Amino acid sequence: MIDLTTLTIRSAREALKRGEFTSVELTQACLDAIKERDGEIHAFLEVFDDALLQAQMADKQIKAGKDLPLLGIPLVLKDNMLVNGHVASAGSKILENYRATYDSTAVRKLQEECGAVILGRANCDEFAMGSSGENSAYGPTKNPLDTSRVPGGSSSGSAASVAANFVLGSFGSDTGGSIRQPAAFTGLVGMKPTYGRVSRSGLIAMASSLDQIGPFTKTVADAEILYNAVKGTDPLDSTTISDATYPKDKEFKKAIGIPRAFVDSEGVEPDVKQNFEAAVEKFKALGYEIKDIELPHMPYSLAVYYILMPAEVSSNLARFDGVKYGLHADGANGIDDYFKTRAQGFGAEVRRRIILGTYVLSSGYHDAYYGSAVAAKRLITREMREAFKDVDLILTPTTPTPAFKFGEKTADPLSMYLADIFTVPANITGAPSMSVPSGTVEREGKQLPLGILLTADLGREDNLFTAGKEFLGEK
Amino acid sequence: MNKDEVLKLAKLARIDMQDAEAEKLSTEFEAILGYVADVKAASASNDASASQERPELRNIMREDAEPHETGIFTDKILAEAPASKDGYVVVKKIL
Repeated sequence: MIDLTTLTIRSAREALKRGEFTSVELTQACLDAIKERDGEIHAFLEVFDDALLQAQMADKQIKAGKDLPLLGIPLVLKDNMLVNGHVASAGSKILENYRATYDSTAVRKLQEECGAVILGRANCDEFAMGSSGENSAYGPTKNPLDTSRVPGGSSSGSAASVAANFVLGSFGSDTGGSIRQPAAFTGLVGMKPTYGRVSRSGLIAMASSLDQIGPFTKTVADAEILYNAVKGTDPLDSTTISDATYPKDKEFKKAIGIPRAFVDSEGVEPDVKQNFEAAVEKFKALGYEIKDIELPHMPYSLAVYYILMPAEVSSNLARFDGVKYGLHADGANGIDDYFKTRAQGFGAEVRRRIILGTYVLSSGYHDAYYGSAVAAKRLITREMREAFKDVDLILTPTTPTPAFKFGEKTADPLSMYLADIFTVPANITGAPSMSVPSGTVEREGKQLPLGILLTADLGREDNLFTAGKEFLGEK
Repeated sequence: MNKDEVLKLAKLARIDMQDAEAEKLSTEFEAILGYVADVKAASASNDASASQERPELRNIMREDAEPHETGIFTDKILAEAPASKDGYVVVKKIL
């Protein structure tokens, strides 16, 4: 009997190698768990019908003595990562029937180089735009720990599928916190690599200068395994960088900086702050030096984000025209086809961001908004990199609150956007950042998980893994 | 921002929009733009003007060579187009 609740990717790989169970048995256990509970959770948009076939192939390789990092391990992907021949809808009606004509580089690496079994595609906010999963055109995903609450977003299904023990690990994409925020809301480890470490080829674009693929797992060691599986340069994405791009010569001295003024932002709930202080004490007990640091411009990150992101969204989503692929709605003439296709195909949040992006890029406003945001982005980045001369990591809570209720923030977009206040700086600066579970707080008689957010200097994922493992007591 | 400005932006973005949605968006944009206007203050501080260093972007070049065989992806890609004919995507008459 396979117990998915206690297995990790690492322990499952060992068990597969030892022949304790087969990949087919493990995959079947996942399929059974999905069948039993995903009707309630709605983490999956589709379970691939060739999952068991992939597992059989993996078993053959295992039997032949082959050892690949993820050989025989079932994983689930956010619905914005292309898998050749499969639908990739990005949670949108405009791509409901779109079948990918090629593999994303991340998927190719997972399958061909690492031997993973791709179980299916996970629900998400439409085009990865949202912080709750409520913007999916296919209905919301529920938080497995309290189904009256959101799992976070935009990688809602990727988070829920691991938290519900349907799979041992999953991938999402993080443009402003879309991996780390749902990881915190569901009690998981969620990691956004340095911008450029994972190829974006075959990732449906939201904001290209910020998007990055990353893992959801139960342990930091598993996050490291999944990160290593997908990282690397790619001729198909000219923004990818190598291990050597950023120097790793600065020694890890267990020094953590806390931007106090930022952590004390309005809207951080009192017990979230207490939970954070407890985490700080834990790091102290582990021999870490804690320093208060000044990052006066970091709090502007969210404002910068809500200019740069919609600007890139409005440009990137111009490609959906009802002509080349995806939904087509017929109008009176060629241009009317565009108007009707885009009105019918895009949901409310996507329309909101496209219009906002059109505004900040329009003549007369471009300098005031986009130009200022780019300047502020540089300033924030420079300030952060300066701080990393003195500390190895920056620590904040991952979110200002635990998982909120469905509908709680949908009426006020700005309040929803503020859910990402602590996660966005890593996207603005390109820094690697990881949310690690830090215990729970009680809401209405239920224990809800929280996360702390570790952020490292560019290219220093190694520091995230070291500190994260120590914090969780992993060997 | 008022409703008419939102409708104008929707037109630029090629999205059909009803008055009611434009009205709602105009109110939301007031709040969002009020919030993001902070960046003007941030970038106007003396530090920002001094930060003219180049962003960390690198040119990646390759030889313009070794094209794939013509037509090998055509059918697969056209299968995703809403309408196609004789190896082309079908669009409405423009002129």
